Amino acid sequence: MLTPPERLPAAILVSLAAAVLIAFSRRQPNVREAWTFLAAAIKLGLVASLVPAVAAGQAVESAPLTLLPGIDLHFRADAFGLLFALVASTLWLITSVFSVGYMRAGSYAHQTGYFAWFAVCLSATIGIAFAANLVTFFIFYEILTLATYPLVIHFRTEEAVRAGRQYLAYTLIAGQCLLLAIAAVHVIAPGEGFQPGGFLAGRASAPVLTVLFVLFIIGVGVKAGIMPLHGWLPAAMVAPTPVSALLHAVAVVKAGAFGCVRVVGFVFGVDTLHGLGADVGLAIVASITIVAASVRALGEGHLKRRLAYSTIGQLSYIVLGAALGSAAALAGAMFHIAAHGAMKITMFFCAGAIYAKTHLEQIEDLGGIGRRMPVTMGAFAVCALGLAGTPLLAGFISKWNIGLGAYQADRPVFIAVLLVSGLLNFAYFTPIVRAAFLGGNGDTRVDEARPALTVPLALTALAAIVLGIYPDAGLGLYHLAWEAARSIVSPDSRGVL
Amino acid sequence: MTAHLPILIVVLPLAGAALVALAGLRFARIARGLSLGILAAATAGSAAALMQAIRGGPLQYFLGGWAPPWGIEYVVDPLAGGIATLVAAFGLAAGVYAGPFVRNLRPRDAGVFHAVYLLLVAGLLGITLTGDLFNLYVFLEISSLAAYGLLALGGGRSVLASFRYLLLGTAAGSLYLLGVGCLYAVTGTLNMADVAARLPGQFSSPAVTMAIVLIVVGLALKMALFPLHGWLPDVYTYAPAPVTAFVAGVMTKVSAYALLRVLFFVVGLGGVTPDILRVLGWMGAAAALAGSVMALAQTDVRRILAYSSVGQMGYIVLGFAIGTPLALTGALLHVLNHAVMKSCLFLSAGTVLYRTGASQLQGYQGIARRMPLSLAAFAIAAASIVGLPPTGGFFSKWYLLTAAFDAGRWPFAVVLVVSSLLSAVYMFRVIERAYLGSAPEPAPGTSPPGEAPAGMLAPMVTLAAAVLLLGVFNDQVVSNVIAFALPPAAGR
Amino acid sequence: MPAELAAHAHYWLTATLLLIGLYAMLSAPNLIRKLMGMNVLMTAVIVFFITLAAKTGASPPVLPHHHAEATAADYANPLPHTLMLTAIVVGVAMTGVALALIIRIQKRFGTLDERELLRMLRE
Repeated sequence: MLTPPERLPAAILVSLAAAVLIAFSRRQPNVREAWTFLAAAIKLGLVASLVPAVAAGQAVESAPLTLLPGIDLHFRADAFGLLFALVASTLWLITSVFSVGYMRAGSYAHQTGYFAWFAVCLSATIGIAFAANLVTFFIFYEILTLATYPLVIHFRTEEAVRAGRQYLAYTLIAGQCLLLAIAAVHVIAPGEGFQPGGFLAGRASAPVLTVLFVLFIIGVGVKAGIMPLHGWLPAAMVAPTPVSALLHAVAVVKAGAFGCVRVVGFVFGVDTLHGLGADVGLAIVASITIVAASVRALGEGHLKRRLAYSTIGQLSYIVLGAALGSAAALAGAMFHIAAHGAMKITMFFCAGAIYAKTHLEQIEDLGGIGRRMPVTMGAFAVCALGLAGTPLLAGFISKWNIGLGAYQADRPVFIAVLLVSGLLNFAYFTPIVRAAFLGGNGDTRVDEARPALTVPLALTALAAIVLGIYPDAGLGLYHLAWEAARSIVSPDSRGVL
Repeated sequence: MTAHLPILIVVLPLAGAALVALAGLRFARIARGLSLGILAAATAGSAAALMQAIRGGPLQYFLGGWAPPWGIEYVVDPLAGGIATLVAAFGLAAGVYAGPFVRNLRPRDAGVFHAVYLLLVAGLLGITLTGDLFNLYVFLEISSLAAYGLLALGGGRSVLASFRYLLLGTAAGSLYLLGVGCLYAVTGTLNMADVAARLPGQFSSPAVTMAIVLIVVGLALKMALFPLHGWLPDVYTYAPAPVTAFVAGVMTKVSAYALLRVLFFVVGLGGVTPDILRVLGWMGAAAALAGSVMALAQTDVRRILAYSSVGQMGYIVLGFAIGTPLALTGALLHVLNHAVMKSCLFLSAGTVLYRTGASQLQGYQGIARRMPLSLAAFAIAAASIVGLPPTGGFFSKWYLLTAAFDAGRWPFAVVLVVSSLLSAVYMFRVIERAYLGSAPEPAPGTSPPGEAPAGMLAPMVTLAAAVLLLGVFNDQVVSNVIAFALPPAAGR
Repeated sequence: MPAELAAHAHYWLTATLLLIGLYAMLSAPNLIRKLMGMNVLMTAVIVFFITLAAKTGASPPVLPHHHAEATAADYANPLPHTLMLTAIVVGVAMTGVALALIIRIQKRFGTLDERELLRMLRE
């Protein structure tokens, strides 16, 4: 058995190994799919096994390789990283089931490449989650960029290729901005890794720190969909739905949001940003994104693109929570990674199931689909309510905490932003649900998509409900979020974490 | 044996050239085997000398037993040893890769090809190991002469490109020689170490300034530093693939090494050098940007790679210009990385040319399906040019970025990043076409092109693997080799 | 002023030859003229070195049979001469290769005019 420190690189490598095996199993689809499931299960097992230690406050670290003088390839499972890793691994396992069903239902080409690159993406995501310093983070961040490209262009249509080009343009430019910032940080604060509470306090003058912060936010903001850097996300919806579901609702965009919280809480520190006035700036940018994206979603007729704009808005909840900087806000933001992940992935699964069954993509065509696919649309409806912040669902927990955090940080105006956003969420989801159940012709024959598609979405919807009622269920995600949040706000009391 | 290593490394290919030429008259296969064997021996010898230099200090050899400063000496310090190993190893790799090309020549010419190729390698090794300024000129011209011949083997247009390179290269060599003459007039010696000892105190003399400027300009032209790069694109585009791969990977780097040697070891950082370094910094920045911009406008893949080389040389010169140990580490690491990745790219383009006759972008449509290994190597090396982790290019870029910030020269950091983004554009163009384009139907009666022959694949795949390995394990290279190769006077 | 000029005459000569050679290389359209310019340029460097070796009242560096004391000031510096022998050989080799290339170009393109050749190269 692997010792806890060894499990960190192992969790990353298992899906890389799977990618290679998948590539070699081109001719045996069932064997090929088996590799994905095996890797996902092992990865989840490895990550989940770290929960007891981390939840108790122990650090699990591993630094297998020296990359540069004074900079190692350094992994650490702290509360925040573990939370992200858990969300990503769990959802990968579930998405794998969905993927198989979806790809086989459509008999699409290039499936081997699809599953292989998917595995590489998950490797990179876990690498991002467990990165203990900026260089390690950056390496996996860029690998994620490169590995998602083949998935975006999967269908090889004109539109897909164009979307891929746009995606690379945005993410590579952001990556270089991030690189500049990271290099500069390493010169002004050599040898530092992520520290709860940040390590840049007083290391450079205010203008320099502000410029660096802007560069950092551009760097992580593209993936996190902060406006106006969000343009790639709706275009990337041309990818197969499982890709949109896991990567663009969970892995890629959450990596950006995760990076944002890391920068705010573990590089700069809440107090430093407050001193620069940058926290207000970030909060305002996040709020604009939240509202503008929600308004934009209203006008979007393509189901997946509406979900994309919804994602953009919801991600900025996380950015807002980080910007507010109080314990509750940070905890809410971090928990939202899990909450939004579960809810949004369900909705994408629904979109995928509907498409697989009916080939419908436009919202106006979805009349009556709820009677035909009640489980699917039921899950959709539940998660729509959850995203709007309805109590007893996961979205309420994170939203409540962020709102509480706004109050604690003496910025109650942002509570208004959350309320407005909730209303807009209702506004753009309710018509879909209403039309699905009440619209269309009188055809009431129940005809769900195949189980491989329907079971996953039911599971994730269930998770959204369970997390809303008892947020610490299963993996103790809520506890981890609060652990991490407290460590950022009062670093000295936390010790190693 | 170790005592004679410095001279053997140079003499073996030199004498071997004559042997190979003779053998080639009758036995083409023996000529090839002999030349590859000599190159392998040179590689082994250089590596051994490098290890010895790192462990026990520089190896010195006095030609003819005449002690310096009257005699010519050969010095293998870690820097020279490292560059020599690079040259010899790449000579070997390109020599192996040249197999199919040589087979297409007339049997009589095969021996001559290998002989001239050995002369080229011998010349470059001589530049690297010599400790005498005039001796450097001699080997500079030997290697250039051999290069002019080899580069002209690619058909009609390569002859013209090579001729223009000859004119400019000889002018550059003459300028270098003039500079050496001025230095000789002032110091009375040609031995590098002796000049270094005698030069301090003379820096106010205009003769010394002129000497340094002439030497720098001459070497800058050989290095194809913008704006003295005009000869490079045509030469790289039309020359035969194995020759281009070797020349692009190694030859300009050796001139860069010569520049480093003269500026940092011989002249030192006093006097006019800081001003020269400042100008070199601007030229390096201009090269990084201009090279990448010009590459964007090209449609021939080899020409794209050629302009990319101009840009990448700018990175190396930026490192020299910043001058701190961190910057020089980055520059030297980039010398190694660029040699590996640019050779890999040219080898890949060469295999595509060999199999399909295509070098224009439209000839690359959908080629990745037919030649997956070649294009995978291309993609990996391209990612390294752009500087994406975990390839080697990322790490040398990192050193240069941190060095720029550390020295307060943050505009250089921005230049590097902008150049990387531009590189991403022109590299992506090739890769997108290769992987996503629809391959044209093969002409009736012919089969679609397959992957390259093993002789061409092996060096290419090795280099692609090296790109990744040099990235992940770059710390091993830096702390075990490059750290010893840095000039003693570096840092301000 | 003329005395100064005379004292530095060799530098002026070198510079003039250098510039003539450079000008010919850059502006002459015919490849052979360019080659001649290159040769003039190399000659400039050779002249420079040789003039370095001269000393007032010195004789060629040949020691007589019965040399009691040989002071360096009596003999011209032999080193630049040896260096330039090498440089001349290099120049000859360069010229030879260049002429070989010119013959090839003539056969392949039918012209030695650079402007026409560049036009053909670009298309």
